[in-house]
Amino acid sequence: MIARRSLTLFAGLFVLFVLVGWALGAANITLLLVQSFAYALIALGLNIQWGYGGLFNFGIMGMLMLGGAATTFISYPVNAQFWGSEGPLMLGKALLAFLAGFALVWGARHSDRLGIRGRWKTALTILAWIVAYIIYRSQIDPAAAYIESAAGGGWIGGLGLHPVLGWVFGGVLAAGVAYVVGKICLGLRTDYLAIATIGISEIIRALLKNMDWLTRGTLTVSPLPWPVPGPQELQAGGSSIADSFVYARLGFLALVVVVLVAVFWLIQRAYGGPWGRMMRAIRDNYIAAGSMGKNVTRRQLEVFILGSVLMGIGGAMLVSFQQIYDPSAYQPINHTFLIWVMVIVGGAGNNWGAVFGALLIYITWMISDPVAQWLFNHISNWSTDIGWGPIPEIQSRASQMRVFVLGVVITIALRYAPRGLIPEVVKREA
Amino acid sequence: MNELIFFFNNVIVAGVVLGSIYAVGAIGVTLIFGILRFAHFAHGDMMTMGAFIAFLLMLAFQAMGISVPFLPTGFLVLPIAMVITAIIALGLDKGFYAPLRRRGARPVTLLIASIGVTLIIQGLIRLFFGSGTWNFFETEPKQLIRIPVPLEGVTRTINFTQPQLLMVICTVVAVLALHFFLTRSRLGKAMRAMADNADLAQVSGINTKLVVRVTWIIAGSLAAMAGTMLALDVQLKPDLAFNIVLPIFAAAIVGGLGQSYGAIAGGFLIGFAETAAIFNWSVLLRPISGALPFEVPATLAVVPTEYKLTVAFVILVVVLLWRPTGIFKGAQT
Repeated sequence: MIARRSLTLFAGLFVLFVLVGWALGAANITLLLVQSFAYALIALGLNIQWGYGGLFNFGIMGMLMLGGAATTFISYPVNAQFWGSEGPLMLGKALLAFLAGFALVWGARHSDRLGIRGRWKTALTILAWIVAYIIYRSQIDPAAAYIESAAGGGWIGGLGLHPVLGWVFGGVLAAGVAYVVGKICLGLRTDYLAIATIGISEIIRALLKNMDWLTRGTLTVSPLPWPVPGPQELQAGGSSIADSFVYARLGFLALVVVVLVAVFWLIQRAYGGPWGRMMRAIRDNYIAAGSMGKNVTRRQLEVFILGSVLMGIGGAMLVSFQQIYDPSAYQPINHTFLIWVMVIVGGAGNNWGAVFGALLIYITWMISDPVAQWLFNHISNWSTDIGWGPIPEIQSRASQMRVFVLGVVITIALRYAPRGLIPEVVKREA
Repeated sequence: MNELIFFFNNVIVAGVVLGSIYAVGAIGVTLIFGILRFAHFAHGDMMTMGAFIAFLLMLAFQAMGISVPFLPTGFLVLPIAMVITAIIALGLDKGFYAPLRRRGARPVTLLIASIGVTLIIQGLIRLFFGSGTWNFFETEPKQLIRIPVPLEGVTRTINFTQPQLLMVICTVVAVLALHFFLTRSRLGKAMRAMADNADLAQVSGINTKLVVRVTWIIAGSLAAMAGTMLALDVQLKPDLAFNIVLPIFAAAIVGGLGQSYGAIAGGFLIGFAETAAIFNWSVLLRPISGALPFEVPATLAVVPTEYKLTVAFVILVVVLLWRPTGIFKGAQT
């Protein structure tokens, strides 16, 4: 029953994409397809966290930003001026200071082995944190100021490696951060976890936006190289300008789809296997699962990291594709809530649902703007005709309509299809 | 002494103003959590909406020529804006949350629904008001109050604006009113009973539907108040409260979700922490620089100004690690 329904839904989605493609042209629809498949990967990441594990992660934006920063660092050409200056040495010192501070805090946290206990240990830990912070700031501040100056090369630049390595590094970086975040936050339940993860993603955003020496901050980094031949290379190879964009994007699309299919296959297997069964048991009743001997915190940390890896890779892909890394372009609405709407509308716990939701919501999100503009133009003409005058600033107003549409979509979905369009199949032993 | 007054103006005054706004917002969040057991994410947008309603009312009042001496029109229209926002809050509950509650949806679903409401309100506000900024004091002057300090050698004065003074007064009045409502009135006691145990409250004959309605009325009017105060202090723009909803949640959680007094404490804690963290402490060290073993740097702030927003979360994370449900013991879903 659900299989037939999902087939119908996917067929409908295909028709929608064809119609939009017919209206917007091949170059635009390939662009939309690449982005929506990258979002599908991110939605699968959230589906692992929320659908499999029941974890309330509202910090998706932070993971996407980390992925973007990672691919920027790996794939952007080498900044020779930075490597030739004092910068690397100063950064090395800052890293040493960081490690020293880390060792200090670690030592204070384990000071009970030396017989320091209770209140004294707390005081020592706080003191260690303060001293570590001062040591780190005393090294990083001059280093950052030097690198950002003309002599230091402005920023550290990249490593000039292949972008796909950047995607891998994006996943690794997201995993590392997710481990730390998970260690801190996963003891919290639902609402507390939601706010804590939002907070951490805001901290990541503030850091990446203001660490100009690392990411160039608001100055943005572009153009990032593509993992597949770009339009310019194809034009040099003799194809026309219009065709070169379509083919280059199709090449990128193929790469994204390969990653998506591989990931999909793996996590679908994981869902069906004993691991997935255990995760669902923890999600549905963590107390019961804990009493059956499952290590709940550890398993939750596992899904949190796994989901974050997919988000990091997806974020890296999006940045590679757009060829620009702009930390100030990241907004919670576009990069956290949008993904949530995708998973909720599609069907949490079902990977087909998550992918379907991602494709459907992304295309709805993208076409709301031109549709609203078309609608407003007509209303404006009509109101001018009856003497009320035109609507001012149609362009900027119409682009805000998609936020409204997103809100309406999730409200309707929660009311009439609370388990999603392609809900999770609950198997029952006969 | 001059340096101390500089410190007072930049940390104490700013902290009290910011803390009042956070506290008034956080009370609404915490009340809704206490009664309905979900984190109402759309609270920030209810604040923005309240501020825009107050702004429209102010324009209407100015067009009609209604004004009171010594009182900015923004404060004059505040009670009306609070009433209108409270009615809208009731409507939001009826339209969006009540149907889900009737179905017995989990709190998590309500939280996601509140994100939908956030997006809808954001979209509507931007649709009608564009994305520019407005100012409550376009036509009226924003009066600056300077109080000279009667001490020798002091040239600086204690400075704050008239709206800031009125804001703090409004907050004190609102907090006192809420305190007496919760402790003295029958309905307030019913609210506290329901926050403690909803099922027990219902079987002991408390009209829970009425309590829910009253909660939305209080939360809506406080949201309008907090939003308008914020807009009076800075500027009015569509994403005004979207950035501030996070510190407000942090304040509510730090104080313990469901604890009204905790929300006030959390609001002021975070307000002061934010202003103190970005304050340039070398100003205070400079007069005693001769006695210090090290050279005083030009700027010595705990964090650079750009990281102001992160202070709230660092406090949040630290408090949650130390006491997992906030300073005052908060409720769980």
